[in-house]
Amino acid sequence: MLANLELSELQDKLRKKEISSVELTKYFLERIKKHNESLNAFLTVTEDLALAQAVEADKILANEPNPGPLTGIPFAAKDLFSTKGVRTTASSKILDQFIPVYDATTIKKMYAEKTVMLGKTNLDEFAHGSSTETSAYGPSKNPWDLSRIPGGSSGGSAAAVAAGLAPFALATETGGSIRQPASLTGISGWKPTYGRVSRYGVIAMTSSNDSPGTMARSVKDLALTAEFMSGYDPSDGTTANKPVPNYADNLKSDLTGMRIGIPKEYFVEGMEPDVQARVMEAIEQLKKLGAEIIDVSLPLTRYGSLVYAIVTPSEISSNLAKFDGIRFGHQSKEAKTLNEIYTQSREQGFGDEAKRRIMTGTYALSAGYKDAYYLKAQKVRRLLVNEFDQVFQRVDALVCASVPNVATKIGFAKDNPLHGYIADQLNIPASMAGLPALSVPAGFGAAPDGPAGSQLPVGLQIIGPQWGEQTIFNIGHAFQQVTEWHKKFPEEFAD
Amino acid sequence: MEQDLTKFNPVIGLEIHVQLKTKSKMFCACANNPDESVPNTNICEVCTGQPGSLPVVNKEAVRLGTMFGLALNCKINKDAKFDRKSYFYPDLPKGYQISQYDKPIAERGYLDIEVDGEIRRIRITRAHLEEDAGKNIHPDGLNYSLVDYNRGGTPLLEIVTEPDITSAKEARIFLQELRNIVRYVGVGTADMEKGTMRCEPSISVRKPGQQELPPYKVEVKNINSFSFAESAIEYEIARQTKILEEGGTPKQVTMGWNEKAGVTVEQRSKEQANDYRYFPDPDIPVLNLSDEYIDLLKAQVPELPAQKRKRFKNEYALPEADINNLINWKELTEYYEQLVSEIQEWLKTDQAASKDLDLQKLMKLGANWCLQDFSALLNAAHIDPLESKVRPENLAELLKLIEAGKISNSAAKQVFAKMFETGGEPHNIVEDLGLAQVSDTAVIETVIEAVLSANEKAVTDYKAGQQKSFGFLVGMAMKELKGKGNPAVVNEILKQKLQK
Repeated sequence: MLANLELSELQDKLRKKEISSVELTKYFLERIKKHNESLNAFLTVTEDLALAQAVEADKILANEPNPGPLTGIPFAAKDLFSTKGVRTTASSKILDQFIPVYDATTIKKMYAEKTVMLGKTNLDEFAHGSSTETSAYGPSKNPWDLSRIPGGSSGGSAAAVAAGLAPFALATETGGSIRQPASLTGISGWKPTYGRVSRYGVIAMTSSNDSPGTMARSVKDLALTAEFMSGYDPSDGTTANKPVPNYADNLKSDLTGMRIGIPKEYFVEGMEPDVQARVMEAIEQLKKLGAEIIDVSLPLTRYGSLVYAIVTPSEISSNLAKFDGIRFGHQSKEAKTLNEIYTQSREQGFGDEAKRRIMTGTYALSAGYKDAYYLKAQKVRRLLVNEFDQVFQRVDALVCASVPNVATKIGFAKDNPLHGYIADQLNIPASMAGLPALSVPAGFGAAPDGPAGSQLPVGLQIIGPQWGEQTIFNIGHAFQQVTEWHKKFPEEFAD
Repeated sequence: MEQDLTKFNPVIGLEIHVQLKTKSKMFCACANNPDESVPNTNICEVCTGQPGSLPVVNKEAVRLGTMFGLALNCKINKDAKFDRKSYFYPDLPKGYQISQYDKPIAERGYLDIEVDGEIRRIRITRAHLEEDAGKNIHPDGLNYSLVDYNRGGTPLLEIVTEPDITSAKEARIFLQELRNIVRYVGVGTADMEKGTMRCEPSISVRKPGQQELPPYKVEVKNINSFSFAESAIEYEIARQTKILEEGGTPKQVTMGWNEKAGVTVEQRSKEQANDYRYFPDPDIPVLNLSDEYIDLLKAQVPELPAQKRKRFKNEYALPEADINNLINWKELTEYYEQLVSEIQEWLKTDQAASKDLDLQKLMKLGANWCLQDFSALLNAAHIDPLESKVRPENLAELLKLIEAGKISNSAAKQVFAKMFETGGEPHNIVEDLGLAQVSDTAVIETVIEAVLSANEKAVTDYKAGQQKSFGFLVGMAMKELKGKGNPAVVNEILKQKLQK
């Protein structure tokens, strides 16, 4: 089976000519054909493009003495990345037949590495959600239990990697959209430092938070993809002009001297006991690897979600204004006046969640409310950043659960709105502060609403200081050197 | 349109948009070309607001905005930032315009202008950078509209004044001075007719002595020349005065100037302010301009019109009207200065030939030529003085030929036209065209003696008091001299001969 191999293993097979990129690509395309119907991970499969790219990659593998490490390796991209000539929907009806005229910077970087794009994966509409249930194309399914969510918004990418339909996937984070689905599907996910990876060509949700990253089968794979995803982009004024380290080569498996903080506020009420147990076990592992475990406190944590609840819809209401039915996307056929084009196209094109956020954000930015909401939220955000800065003077990284629970049933969140709110507390503060973070598989737990003995993935979250990618990669990698959780594969997809 | 200014005083503020002369647009690499005529050619994913695209600030636009702010004595905001101004319109691709809200590039400056011999200080509230919108096109007789995004995303500087202006004339002089500063600093072309400078005055009137601002103001749009600005403001002052005199209160409205009818026409009522929901654009970091950067630009601000006006008065002693006309054309002032230095050089190095020539007279003559024949030809050819074939040293030589009486005024006009057309040195052209003036008294005397003896009747008539016979005799002499006789010399000698 090739479906559960890590990037370095695939790379090895390609270089040794045990397999060609075309064969590898066909293998994954076959798996997508076989399994996508049950998973709904891919919205668009780019078979022709993939095979053409694989042919190109094989030429390089045949002729170049030192091909790049990702040459010939297939990947999937969340359908939020603009792909020239390839339908890009953001899982919204308003972009149902939208074909972009340009490639996102990260897509260009992947193409430049001669990777092979298999297709575009499902997400919550415009990334608004944490289950893919707001997708106009229906939810993706969790490969460990098809009645459950894979998480979101990058749920399609997570399901694709977890079920072995793609070796790795591009995804995006705004407030947990990589960490949470990675955790729920038992794979590794990297949310970069804000400004580390170009946002150019990623359809904007919350511009001040959006962080494109990757999902893969190991931290080593994440570190490798991070090298190619990162870096200054002249087309994105918010990227930093800082050198990109060789994350993968620099990986360490010894954590001696590493100070790891355990923030007490992240062990929230309502956390499932199995999840808490796995996290505590993981912390013991880190201690064995040489890390010093330090209890810390981040008292402002609970304000993170409140800040997010204002900043996010505010920016969304503005970022979604361009979907007006004039230049691209859905335009109402019945509209007779300019105003009708606007109101009908948006009414017909946007789903309920997008509309809710547009309305909330428009309200929060309105005259008379902006000072009380948006501007105040930005001040609190500054305090959150300061609080993290202070704690990172004492510790090198923070460790906690990625999500306080295992995957819930599809439809569960609709009736349990507070459930998502508890989960947000673990993800959102780092997002608002622009910090890098990982989710790595840390074992399995029983679902409270599942049959006895049901086993669903649990994720460990590792949060680093700004630009602290190498630190969190080291911790995650060291952990994966002494654990096997990241190698577990859902049996249903073993062939 | 007579107004009784003792009853009401105008309160006028201006909002001016200037297109910046950058190579590329405000937030993308597309060409910033206001003359592009093929729709939707200078466009890309950024300036058409394609999903996922991001703006990146044009550094040259920031430099020009800073320079202009410094020229207007403004405080430069080192932490200037960009904000989103939200509204829906087809020519606005993102559903918001990127502008500057509470931290403009420049604020709190002033511009001193001279109105009827009095210096008036007009305070500048702010100058901020923003992107222009595209253009909606409504084809005649068709049931749809089109949008051209060539102008979309091109850089604009919006300048807002305090309501310090007290008359239409003052507004016009302010606008002209601002236009000059835009051009002197090299910020843009500031051509009202072409729309590269647009002005929207806000006008209201109040009782003399009243300190607080009137409870309303009327904004006038669609003004595309300085004189229309003056006329529109005058019209509004009279219209509002009449309403107040009749016991009414003018409405807070936006009017449009109808240049054909010479009236303002209500466009839309502005009783309620729009809520643009400004917030800082998260895609664009705060500018963080350094002190070094600002100091460097401060040192680069060129001589401004007011300084140049003063210097021209001191150095060249030209009449005020000439100075103002020259100042209004920056490139012509530069040409004129080169012309003067050529004249001075020549007077210094060739003292023998120039002993009868007066620098002051030559400078005045030079100004006349620059402002009349030269300006007319330049305007017709749509070029700048230094782009023309008439080099300053050649015009200087032409002036000397005129002043020394070597060629007549009409001949000089022919020579200049030729110089403009082909270039070259005036004395060669004079020779080629055979236009040299005969001033040699011996030659002229011989011709006149022959004319007198051939026209005895005219001589008799003149002596009998018929003045027009003198003109006839001059004409005959000039005919003999093939039109090249120096008229002053011919007149003088003829007079002497006839008195004998």
